[in-house]
Amino acid sequence: MTMTSPTPTAPAKLAPTPKSGGPSRPSRFRMGAGQQLKGGPFAYAALAVVGFGSLLPLYWTLVAASRTQDEVLASTPPFFPGGKLIENIQTAWEQANLGKAIVNSIIVSSSITLATLFFCTLAGYAFAKMRFRGRGWLMTAVIATLTIPPQLSVVPLFMMMSGLGWGGQLESVIFPTLVSAFGVFFMRQYLIEALPYELIEAAKVDGANNFRIVRSVVLPVARPAMMVLGMLTFVQAWNDFFWPYLALNQQNPTLQVALGQLSASYTPDQSIVMAGALISTLPLLVVFVLFGKKIVGGIMSGAVKG
Amino acid sequence: MATSTPTRDAYAKAPRPSKKEPTDERRQLWRSRLWRFDDKASPYAYIAPFFLIFGAFGLYPLLYTGWIALHRVSMTGLDSMEWVGWENFDKILHDPEFWTSVSNTFLIGVISTVPQLLMALGLAHLLNYRLRASTFWRTIILTPYATSVASAALVFALVFRADGGLLNWTLGLVGFDPVNWANGHWTSKLAISVIVIWRWTGYNALIYLAAMQAVPNDLYEAASLDGASRWQQFRKVTIPSLRPTILFTIVISTIGSMQLFGEPLLLEGGALGATGGNENQYETLSIYLYNYGWNLGHLGPAAAVAWAMLALLLLIAAANWIVGRFVRTSAV
Repeated sequence: MTMTSPTPTAPAKLAPTPKSGGPSRPSRFRMGAGQQLKGGPFAYAALAVVGFGSLLPLYWTLVAASRTQDEVLASTPPFFPGGKLIENIQTAWEQANLGKAIVNSIIVSSSITLATLFFCTLAGYAFAKMRFRGRGWLMTAVIATLTIPPQLSVVPLFMMMSGLGWGGQLESVIFPTLVSAFGVFFMRQYLIEALPYELIEAAKVDGANNFRIVRSVVLPVARPAMMVLGMLTFVQAWNDFFWPYLALNQQNPTLQVALGQLSASYTPDQSIVMAGALISTLPLLVVFVLFGKKIVGGIMSGAVKG
Repeated sequence: MATSTPTRDAYAKAPRPSKKEPTDERRQLWRSRLWRFDDKASPYAYIAPFFLIFGAFGLYPLLYTGWIALHRVSMTGLDSMEWVGWENFDKILHDPEFWTSVSNTFLIGVISTVPQLLMALGLAHLLNYRLRASTFWRTIILTPYATSVASAALVFALVFRADGGLLNWTLGLVGFDPVNWANGHWTSKLAISVIVIWRWTGYNALIYLAAMQAVPNDLYEAASLDGASRWQQFRKVTIPSLRPTILFTIVISTIGSMQLFGEPLLLEGGALGATGGNENQYETLSIYLYNYGWNLGHLGPAAAVAWAMLALLLLIAAANWIVGRFVRTSAV
């Protein structure tokens, strides 16, 4: 026991800050070395198994979406994609109003993302760097709202939206999510360390008013965090299901709503449903392949000091 | 003039005019008042959107739910509310289906949260090793997070199909009889938990990983000098340092499991989704709320369910708090 234990920790002592391909964040995100032991074959094998499990359902979506239902449900399921992908997508397109759904999803997700970025950066900056009465408990209030599930308010929300004339309209999905408590918290955490007081003071001495400081000092500093928050918000808005499913209808759905309705039809053809699922997942998978590293870093940085 | 219309470089030029006109005292006074107002009001203006939007679409509806719960409102006539007092609460509290969905929500919550967080902890530990292509592994582990509830539930619905499902086929290879997953009381809950676990384990693992990397290295050095084995270090250094993060993920996952909706709704699809299976074996509270309000069209009882959920949430929060205190005092 005592013979073996010091040896594996030795490399960690020699290299206090090993950067083994971790997220290439600026120094403020640099974390302690932790227990940087070298991963053995067991670690790789275990990760490979988990990774396989993570990807298998996605692969299976592709296989099912490119086959006929009979092939998918055969007693020996197929292992490789077939040639029916385009045909299935066309059918799904017609049955589930997918064209409109895609446009709606893009409108909803991008307007929510833009508004969230704007409002959360402003609020995050105020909570991080400005002194005002009630700052502490107001921030606590923001965090407390994270714990309230949407289920608690959907019934009156539905009635309100219908009263406002937004029943079944995209507005009813967009407006309740224009800002997020998580976003405020995330931007605050970032700006506390990323934005030095000296920079704000310098701008003030130069005669800048507060909003100008936001535009010329805060926004440039906040940009990396805004990128990450933007992607996280977009993913969430794109994938949101519960409230859109209640608020929207078949004539005016988002992708997820269309997908839900497709499967709720009387005799859903499984490969058509999977074609729809593939279409709704594909854009985000592309984003993930392109920006995976940033998103991973964002989730990790948002989580510290929680 | 130049001062009142801010142009691109106004921020560099702004102070100059005031220096040139020092005699104009009233203007200076006005300016400094404006400054002070700007300083005092700006922070509130910046945080106002959050509170306005939350107030309008979060807090107000939350309170209004309580009012609706005391009325009869139907989906077809949203304008007419008829006072019925406690009738709605009476109705749901005497409905066995309500209690089934409470216990379902609780059971699915436990069998999805506990393994999920334990696996995430182990996974984070693995990812914390010095690995080749560590970003690649982290991204792969996180991919399910990119999938929507709807897509995930629909794929797993195929995997868990009784006849011709991928899982039953695999089990058949090992010699097991096919299982009717969605029909069984435990198997259907297990299936839903698998969807939850699949989507969220990687996310939680990354949160743990971030916390692990923030643990000061000195602690491990000290522990290894004292002759602690790696397992002892994990138990005595890593876990205690992660306690706040673990608590955070427990709270978040618990709230998340209270909300399970898409997974049970789409597990079998069709009409069965709205009632959580033919024996309500996987009906969650959200499904129960949806069924009352949007399927049957009675919004009053649906609002009462929302308040029951709030009560449960407060109960869980209280339990969390008590357990947290107990753990803290017993650990010392």
